[in-house]
Amino acid sequence: MTVQKLPIAKAINESLRKAMETDPKVLIMGEDVGKLGGVFRVTDGLQKDFGEGRVIDTPLAESGIVGTAIGLALRGYRPVVEIQFDGFVFPAYDQIVTQLAKMHARALGKIKLPVVIRIPYGGGIGAVEHHSESPEALFAHVPGLKVVSPSNASDAYWMMQQAIQSDDPVIYFEPKRRYWDKSDVDTDAIPGPLHKARTVVAGSDLTLVAYGPMVKVCVEAAAAAAEEGKSIEVLDLRSMSPIDFDAVQASVEKTGRLVVVHEAPVFYGAGAEIAARISERSFYHLEAPVLRVGGYHAPYPPARLEEEYLPGLDRVLDAVDRSLAY
Amino acid sequence: MTVESTAARKPRRSSKRTGSSAGKAVADPQLVQLLTPEGQRVEHPDYDVDLTPEELRGLYRDMVLTRRFDAEATALQRQGELGLWASLLGQEAAQIGSGRALRDDDYVFPTYREHGVAWCRGVDPTNLLGMFRGVNHGGWDPNSNNFHLYTIVIGSQTLHATGYAMGVAKDGADSAVIAYFGDGASSQGDVAESFTFSAVYNAPVVFFCQNNQWAISEPTERQTRVPLYQRAQGYGFPGVRVDGNDVLACLAVTRSALERARRGEGPTLVEAFTYRMGAHTTSDDPTKYRADEEREAWEAKDPILRLKTYLENEGHADEAFFASLEEESETLGKRVREAVRAMPDPDRMAIFENIYADGHALVDEERAQFAAYQASFADGEGK
Repeated sequence: MTVQKLPIAKAINESLRKAMETDPKVLIMGEDVGKLGGVFRVTDGLQKDFGEGRVIDTPLAESGIVGTAIGLALRGYRPVVEIQFDGFVFPAYDQIVTQLAKMHARALGKIKLPVVIRIPYGGGIGAVEHHSESPEALFAHVPGLKVVSPSNASDAYWMMQQAIQSDDPVIYFEPKRRYWDKSDVDTDAIPGPLHKARTVVAGSDLTLVAYGPMVKVCVEAAAAAAEEGKSIEVLDLRSMSPIDFDAVQASVEKTGRLVVVHEAPVFYGAGAEIAARISERSFYHLEAPVLRVGGYHAPYPPARLEEEYLPGLDRVLDAVDRSLAY
Repeated sequence: MTVESTAARKPRRSSKRTGSSAGKAVADPQLVQLLTPEGQRVEHPDYDVDLTPEELRGLYRDMVLTRRFDAEATALQRQGELGLWASLLGQEAAQIGSGRALRDDDYVFPTYREHGVAWCRGVDPTNLLGMFRGVNHGGWDPNSNNFHLYTIVIGSQTLHATGYAMGVAKDGADSAVIAYFGDGASSQGDVAESFTFSAVYNAPVVFFCQNNQWAISEPTERQTRVPLYQRAQGYGFPGVRVDGNDVLACLAVTRSALERARRGEGPTLVEAFTYRMGAHTTSDDPTKYRADEEREAWEAKDPILRLKTYLENEGHADEAFFASLEEESETLGKRVREAVRAMPDPDRMAIFENIYADGHALVDEERAQFAAYQASFADGEGK
């Protein structure tokens, strides 16, 4: 039986296990990834089975984690690094942006940097400051990096396999509030390309584009809209760099309307990029301006206010109504 | 190799008159020295080298040619052939001494001033000039000489060296890794983190700090309150200060630190106490922040002159050797000058090359747009 119903966290764990079994050069590094199995237990049991030499508990120093991972990659290893939470990636941002992203180009392609950086991201878990942010646009903006985020267990499993096998650095954003959502994972399947978007719900009146934690909200919005007789298509982007614009364009040229949904602040976010590109590509197909639903230009608020800040079902449906009203 | 704490330091100034000049640090017994500024061979209880006259001439040749290359690059910058140059003038002994201590299978992580180390690794010096001419950001294959690309963000490479060394240890290899950085970089968090990581994982890495006294206009006192080599103590590995203008001492101390790493005994911090005789880069103006007397005091400790004196006094080199080296220097300078001038601008499509190993849809799209845009001019050309 190769199909299992797994929560996302467990699917990533199984994927890491498979990668380590397949390739002895795959290493896991990060704070608390060993005995504890990570604060979300994503690496649970791996150190027990693969040893401290391959599942490496690190000092509490994010720049050090990424910087040494770069060195290990230069030596021929394939490190998979865990940053404990989104807001703690910034001490490592310099190493990621000035070194990891650029070293392949600097060497005129003579060296490769197969490093995966796992970042549990996004809100909705009632956490304290720096534990709920969505910095994906900051990474997608950087040439040399690839940025992906799964929304379900099957993608979580297969996208991790593909990220580890990639010779490019991949920032792998894990939707932490979906860690416990279960879905079928076929570990024998042949996965589609890592950067291909996926149609989750087919529809004809409007396209909702989302990724990671917001896909579930958009699917719920499509179902609610369907009860009112509206046919909403939901596209799971899966990759924020590169973006599968062809898929977005095809959907928009079918429906004529586009709403992009993400948790990150709208200003300079993925939605801005998608709106601009689609305006360029599909101007004459659009029945309404591209709308965006996302976070505000404000620090992520204290937990008691996060439901106001995060795009929920009502805010998505409101945008759907505004688009359809044109 | 011992680390003395600040508290354990006793005032020694009464027995060794240091005078008022900043240039008398060689009187410091904490400074490993095998060749005095006057060219006198001296002994040290912990370090020694036993070199044949031929090997001594080899070190001298390395330093002279490196200095000649550096002078040519500086001149090329002044002539507008290079956008910038970071001169190593004055640091030849630190670089050649440490560079010649390395084995072929050791791996080097330089900053952007290690032209002498690159020389020791067999990297063609003209390869170093591409980034300064603006035709690439590095360009050489780090694995062909085990010499990583120059790193401009201060101190970043110390972590790469540490990670690489962790990999060496995992592989069960007995090679060592050396990371170069400066006194200014010692203030960076990455350097502190590399000390932490290398210590806790016992990584076979040597941290080679060239304390050239100045981080652009900031003196070492603006970076630290204790001698830099003493930093190592807090991380649990040895630190040693070597006369960075003494090529023999640099060779001996680095060799010892590398051997320690090979034996699985972990990292060492070497502080090469030296002086940057020129500017930080050709964009800098050191006359605005440091006194001429300081430079003059350090000129008296020139690494090349002292070895020359020693070679002459010992009869290890004759006039013919120096004359032939002079000729070789000029040939090198000419070759470098011609190579730089012949360096072609990169193809404009290079903007889109090597960004990703596995490709990227947006890069493909923008490459095609750029090519189409360029092609749109083709019809009008020559009319």
